[in-house]
Amino acid sequence: MPAMLHESTRRELLLGSGALFAWAFAPRIARAEGRDPRFLTIVLRGALDGLAAVAPVGDPDWVKLRGDNALKLDGATPALLLGDFFALNPAMPNVHRLYQAGQAIIVHAVATPYRERSHFDGQDVLESGLAWPGRVDTGWLNRTLTKLEPDDRVRTSANGRRTFAVGPITPLVVRGPAPVLSWVPPRLPPVSDDTTMRLLDLYRHTDPTLARVLEDRIGLAALVPSTPSDRKSGETGPVVQIGNINQVRAYFAEAAGAAAKFLANPDGPRVGALALDGWDTHINEGVVNGRLSQLLGALDAALGAIETNMGAAWSETVVTLITEFGRTARINGNEGTDHGTATVALLLGGALKGGRVVADWPGLKESDLYEKRDLKATIDLRAVLKGLLKDHLHVEDRVLAADIFPGSEDVKPIEGLVA
Amino acid sequence: MALDPRGAALALHRFGFGPRAGTIAAIASDPRGALIAELDAPNAGQISDAGLLSSGAANRMAFEFNAERLAKQRLEKKREEVAKQEAARLAAENPAMQNSDTEKNAAMENGGMEKPAEPKPPAPAPEPETPMLQNFFREAQAHYRAAITAEIGFVERLVWFWSNHFCVNAVSTVMAGAYEREAIRPHVLGKFADLVLAADGHPAMLIYLDNASSMGPNSVAGINRDRGLNENLGREILELHTLGVRAGYTQDDVTSFAKVITGWTIYATNTNPDRGGEFLFHPRLHEPGPQTVLGKAYRDTGVEQGRAVLVDLARHPATALHVATKLARHFVADEPPPELIEMLRKTFVETDGDLWQISKALVAAPEAWVPEQKKLKRPSEWIMSCARAAGFGDDARRIAAATTRLGEPLWRPPAPKGFPDDEGAWIDGIAHRLDTANAIAQSPNYADRIDPKEMLETGLGPLASAETRNAVTRAETKQQAIALLLMAPEFQRR
Repeated sequence: MPAMLHESTRRELLLGSGALFAWAFAPRIARAEGRDPRFLTIVLRGALDGLAAVAPVGDPDWVKLRGDNALKLDGATPALLLGDFFALNPAMPNVHRLYQAGQAIIVHAVATPYRERSHFDGQDVLESGLAWPGRVDTGWLNRTLTKLEPDDRVRTSANGRRTFAVGPITPLVVRGPAPVLSWVPPRLPPVSDDTTMRLLDLYRHTDPTLARVLEDRIGLAALVPSTPSDRKSGETGPVVQIGNINQVRAYFAEAAGAAAKFLANPDGPRVGALALDGWDTHINEGVVNGRLSQLLGALDAALGAIETNMGAAWSETVVTLITEFGRTARINGNEGTDHGTATVALLLGGALKGGRVVADWPGLKESDLYEKRDLKATIDLRAVLKGLLKDHLHVEDRVLAADIFPGSEDVKPIEGLVA
Repeated sequence: MALDPRGAALALHRFGFGPRAGTIAAIASDPRGALIAELDAPNAGQISDAGLLSSGAANRMAFEFNAERLAKQRLEKKREEVAKQEAARLAAENPAMQNSDTEKNAAMENGGMEKPAEPKPPAPAPEPETPMLQNFFREAQAHYRAAITAEIGFVERLVWFWSNHFCVNAVSTVMAGAYEREAIRPHVLGKFADLVLAADGHPAMLIYLDNASSMGPNSVAGINRDRGLNENLGREILELHTLGVRAGYTQDDVTSFAKVITGWTIYATNTNPDRGGEFLFHPRLHEPGPQTVLGKAYRDTGVEQGRAVLVDLARHPATALHVATKLARHFVADEPPPELIEMLRKTFVETDGDLWQISKALVAAPEAWVPEQKKLKRPSEWIMSCARAAGFGDDARRIAAATTRLGEPLWRPPAPKGFPDDEGAWIDGIAHRLDTANAIAQSPNYADRIDPKEMLETGLGPLASAETRNAVTRAETKQQAIALLLMAPEFQRR
C-alpha cells in the first residue's frame, strides 16, 4: 500500500519519464550572465558521523579518542588524505577524486543552530532553515525559489517554477509555496536493516514471541534471493531484508542518478532535493569495514552517478550533502556513536572552487568538546548554505537573512565557495 | 471522577479499533461508561446509506449484467462466424484476389515509398471494473468507514465478530456486503436467536452453504427431479453457528435438520425481475413430515418448522458456552480466564441470549480489563488501528488490497468457519505487517506532516512501554518512527 494517502496539493508525481519538461526555470540573473546553475541538496537522515567520514588525522588526540575505530593513514585500508590534516573515509574514492580535481569542498565542525539531540527536531531545523524546530511546512530551498526574481519566461510558463524532489517522501527542504515536482523511483527503499533491527531489539525487550517470529523471518530472508527479479509475484515470501546493502546501493544510485538526469535536462528543474536514510549508527558503526563504510560506499557511488548523469551541466552544478547533526566524539559501549553536535557538510560539483577543507578546527581534548562529548560546532551550516545560495543562485543577502534563513542576520555567508 | 487514560487507551485497543486523535482523552473520565454509551447509542451498528443496494437488488443487478454480457459475446461470435464464411466464399469465387495485396506492397517498396508502419496492436484495455466489483467496494467503503470513524468502535468490533461467526463468501455471492448490513448489523445488540434466524435464513447464506438448491428427498421437486438433500448448511449451523463442534449432535441430527430447512431458497433471478434473489420458502422443495432434532420432534409447519429448530438451537446450553468462549477469546486472549467464559455463558443463559446484555457484561467483567495485552490483532483490525492512529482515509480499494496481502481478504474467508482468531494463525505474518507499516510510513507527503511523538500519544498514550517510547522517539527518521510505532507489541496486540 505504498500510497495510502494521496493528497497532492502542491505536488505532482512523475511516474513515467515521457514529456516531463514542458516548462522551464532558471534564475534570471544567472541566466543573464550566461550561466545556468544547478543546485541539488541531499539530506542524510539519521545524523552522519562526520569524524568517521572525514577524520582529523593530524590532530594529536584523534587516535586516542577513537581507538580502533579511528581512520588512519596506515594499515590495511588507509584513509584518503585531504590536505595535511584531514583524511577521507576510504569507501569514498569518487569524492577523493573530485577533491583532487578541485570539485569538492569539505566543511568540518559544522552544525545547524540546533543544540538538542532529537532527529526529528534536528531535521526540522536543518531543512526549514529556521533556528528552532516546530510546526514548519516550508523548507529553505523552496523559499529560495520563490524569492528569485521571476523572469518573463518563468511567468509565461504554464507550469511555473518548481522545485524537484526524488523519493516517495518530499523532503521538507523543498516543500513550500513553490510547486514541487517529484519523481518516485520505481523501486522504493526497502524496509531497511536498521528498521528491522530496531524492531527486533524492541521485541526482544518486550515481546519474546514476536521477537522469535521476526528472528525466524530474518534467518529465512538470508537464505532466499532478495532481488525482486528472483521473486515471483504472488510468491510473497518474507520481505525482511538483512544484509541488503546491494539494495541500498541500487536505491541510492537510482534516486541520485535520476535527480541528476532531471536537473541536467536543459528544460528541467534547476534545484532539487532527495533524502537518503540510514546514518544513525548507534551500534557496530563499522567505520572501515562495516555498515557505515558500506553506506558511505553506496553514497560515493551515487555521487559518481550524479556526476556522470549531469554531463556537461556538471560544470555548473553544486551538490550539498547535509545531515541534522553529528555524533558523539567517542565510541559508545556498542561500538557505535550516539547523537552529537558538529559534523561535516560535503559540497561537490564542477561549479565549486574546491580541493579544500573549510574548518576552524575546535580540537578533540575533553575541554574542547561540546558538553564534553561532541565535536564542537565552529561553523554555522547556514553560513555555508547562504554562501552557496548567494554565489551560485545569486540570492541577495537581505533575502537570505529575512526569508531563507530567518533571524540569521549575524551569520555571514561564507563567500568564495563557488568559482 | 478521576481520569483513567490508561483504561481509556486499553478500552480503545481491546474493545474498539484503536485510538484516533483525541479519543483517549475523550473517554478518560469513564472508559467503561463510554463503551456502554456506544452500545446504547440510537441506531448503534446500523449503516444508513441509500446508495447501497439491497441483497436482492445486488443479485438482480449481477444477473442482468451477466446476461447482457453473455448475449453480447454470443452476438460477437455469430458475427465472426458469418464474416469467416463470407471470406471463405469470396476466396473460393476469386482465388487471384489473395495475391493482389502482396503485389501492391512490393510495388510500393520498389518505388522507394516508405512502407506504412505496421499498425501496433492496441494495448489490451484494462478490464473495466464490473458493477459487481464496484458494488463490493461501495459496501467495503461503508464497512471500513464505520470502523474508522467510530469514537471507540466497540459496536463495529461486534459487527465484525458476528459477521465472521456467520460468514459468507463474496466469491460465491454478490450479496456479501448487503448481507452484513441486513442480517448481522440489526441484531448484534439483539437476541442471539434473531441473529441466527436472520443470518441462516439470508439468501447470501443459503447460496454460500448450498441450501438454496437442497431438496427434500420426498418433496415434490425432489421426486420429480430425482435430486435430494444438501447437508452443508444444516451441519455448519450446528457445528459453527450454534452448538459448536462435538457438542453431542449426531449424523441423524444433521440429516433431520437439513431436511427441516429444505425449501429455504431464493426467488430465481432469471424468471423473477422483481424479487429474484430474495428469500423464498418453496413448499415444493420442502421435505414433508415431522423431523426429530436433538431428541425433540418438530411437526411439519413449513417454514416455521425450520424457524422453531433454529430458535431452540440458539437457546441451547451448548450454544451459550460456544458463544461465550468465542467472545472471550476474541476480545481478551486466546486462552481467556475461565471465570470470564463462565460469566458470559451464565449471562447468555439468564438473558435468553441477549447480546446487548452480554456485551455489557463483558465490559463490566474485571477479567476483561487485565492490563496485559495478550491478544494479537487480526491483520484487518490492525490496519484499522493504523488508519485511525495515522489519520488516513477510508479508500476501500487500498485498504482491501492491504488486508488481502496480509491474508485476510474482506468477506472472503477460507472456510465457513471464518477467519481464524488465534495468534498461531497470524503471527507468521508479522514480517508482512512490517512491510505494510513501512509502506504506510512511506506514503507520499505523509510522514513529514506527522509528529511521531504526537502520534505515539494518539495511538498508545499510557500503554506505550518505555522501550517503545524510546524506539519511536529515537528513530532516525519520522518514517522509521511511524513504522516502529505501528509495529510495537502494544499496537499489534490488544
